[in-house]
Amino acid sequence: MGTAEVTKPTGSDEPYLKVNDLRVRFETEDGVVKAVDGVSFSVARGRTLGIVGESGSGKSVTSLTIMGLHNPGRTKITGEILVGGRNVVSMRDEDVRKLRGNDIAMIFQDPLSSLHPFYKIGKQIVDAYKVHHPSASKAEARKRSIEMLDRVGIPEPQRRFDNYPHEFSGGMRQRAMIAMALVNDPKLLIADEPTTALDVTVQAQILDLLNDLQKEFNSAIIMITHDLGVISQIADEVLVMYAGRVAEHGSVEQIMKMAQHPYTWGLLESIPSLHGDPTVDLRPIKGNPPSLIHVPSGCAFHPRCPYRMMNPGPCDIDVPELLPVREAGHKVSCHLPEERRRNIYRDEVSEVGVAQ
Amino acid sequence: MLRFIIKRVLVALLTLAAIDVITFGVFFAVPSSPAAVMCSKNCDEARLARVNAALGLDKPKLDQFIDFNKGLVFGRDFKVGDKADHCPAPCLGYSFRTSEAVTKVLGRGLPITVSIVIGAFILWMIVGVSLGVYSALHRGTFADKIAIGLSLVGASMPVYFFALILLGIFVFSLKFFEFPHFVSITENPLLWAKGLILPWLALTFVQAAGYARYSRSQMLETLSEDYIRTARAIGLPKRTVHMKHALRAAITPVITLAGLDLGVFLGGVAITETIFGMHGIGWQSVNAVFDLNLPVVMGTVLIAAFFVVVSNTVVDVLYAFIDPRVKLS
Repeated sequence: MGTAEVTKPTGSDEPYLKVNDLRVRFETEDGVVKAVDGVSFSVARGRTLGIVGESGSGKSVTSLTIMGLHNPGRTKITGEILVGGRNVVSMRDEDVRKLRGNDIAMIFQDPLSSLHPFYKIGKQIVDAYKVHHPSASKAEARKRSIEMLDRVGIPEPQRRFDNYPHEFSGGMRQRAMIAMALVNDPKLLIADEPTTALDVTVQAQILDLLNDLQKEFNSAIIMITHDLGVISQIADEVLVMYAGRVAEHGSVEQIMKMAQHPYTWGLLESIPSLHGDPTVDLRPIKGNPPSLIHVPSGCAFHPRCPYRMMNPGPCDIDVPELLPVREAGHKVSCHLPEERRRNIYRDEVSEVGVAQ
Repeated sequence: MLRFIIKRVLVALLTLAAIDVITFGVFFAVPSSPAAVMCSKNCDEARLARVNAALGLDKPKLDQFIDFNKGLVFGRDFKVGDKADHCPAPCLGYSFRTSEAVTKVLGRGLPITVSIVIGAFILWMIVGVSLGVYSALHRGTFADKIAIGLSLVGASMPVYFFALILLGIFVFSLKFFEFPHFVSITENPLLWAKGLILPWLALTFVQAAGYARYSRSQMLETLSEDYIRTARAIGLPKRTVHMKHALRAAITPVITLAGLDLGVFLGGVAITETIFGMHGIGWQSVNAVFDLNLPVVMGTVLIAAFFVVVSNTVVDVLYAFIDPRVKLS
């Protein structure tokens, strides 16, 4: 053992994960990709942070960087990632590896391609357990794995232990992935679009399962998704990312009920709601996510923003700072005056999509 | 499982039967007369007819074909000169040229071909796959570029050219070896290996190049798979991720290809055998075609087909064991 309990005990109010001014850059042949550009957030144990954004917003890169799964040869990282008080950015590879799967675990979008097709489900969970418990016997590891399969709701775990991934259904596979991620009682779980590849009914089951497991294991969860519906079901806090920067940060109520960033409005307006007026059209966000090599000047969202202020500036000139608004804990990076943002939300946005 | 194997064996037998018919047909489809080749310069009608009769070529083609296949299954009696001779099953007939049983001719050639091919196969698999895996794991580095460059040279160089370079350097200039010749492994294993080093090297260089490129691309593809990211995410050491999880998946198609290649090569490596003066079945088949020596042609073709069919079947069955997603039904 020895490796498992190196982490300092953290106070319950001290966040388990703290990310400070994280910047991630990749060198490519076409130029430098600014995948993450000055992002800060923190997650305490027992809490869930949702990170929302389109593809290319830097949400997945952020999580892979926390796990240390980036390609070290071509990635430049600055800033701090404090996991239980230790900075992952400056840690040796071998130490980060011991953290992975043990203190921080991750589940991925497509459970079929994320499980090794040639190994039995049980063996893969046993591997995940044994790598951090080298002194555990085969029988112990097997018992623990079957326990976990049972815990995530897989029927007949004894028998299912010897199945291959292709013999599981999509939802069962994701359950097995979760069992594999939680087998070492991680203090932080990163879920990267865990329900995107699943049926809607199965999605709800998986989210319920994650909620239950969080209560049981008191782990911190980062839920990465592009789906605000998922966020509203599971998150306590939400970080909205755009082009590698934070657009808006607040509690789930603040983001879902009083969002103040035009990009967040766009996300809210583009999702249909069961309770809304079916005759009101959804309003998709126009245009495409920007290239992270040539990020638009000023506010990266300004080319797509219907409320931008230009001629002269500031939206296309100055990068807006992430500033607190009236409600505690709610921060927005937008040049529009706060009063105007509140009015726009009340008059235009709250009628459309899930925002109501 | 058993049903699958039985089905595969039946298909294999059917394939062999088809090859049997086609080879026989092709031999007689070309305008040629084996008797004329056998019959010396001052050949007259009567003598030609005698030779034809002696070779059994005067009978109707269908009878010849039936006789041949009867011999294959039950054995058959021949008249060689004045005495009758029994040729036990599987009888492939008698060589037109040397009047000995084709099985005996092939029995001489097969150990040579098998020795060349098995040795070279082991070498080229070790060299090719390790080179490919190494350069995949060190993608973009100087070593990777050297390996790719070298394998491009190997893959584009014909075996006869490289074989001649080897002979020129090691035999004629440096005189490290005598000109290679075959010594049976049961007779003297050391001389056996020594005589085969150059043919092994020649085949290895050319084949390893292809395998290096193939296993490199398979490995690179596997390394970008999601389940490799998962293996890293659960904290497995890099070595385990690469050498167990990635290699396990990357090597599977390489083994499939290797099985098929082995089958093809065991049927004869005519060019390599000819350059190094080794009379394996590849060399024998080429000569038999020049001599219009039908029984030997039939023999070498059938044996080559046999190897290909067997290796195909073995690879199919093996694949079901390697890849759990393949269902045998």
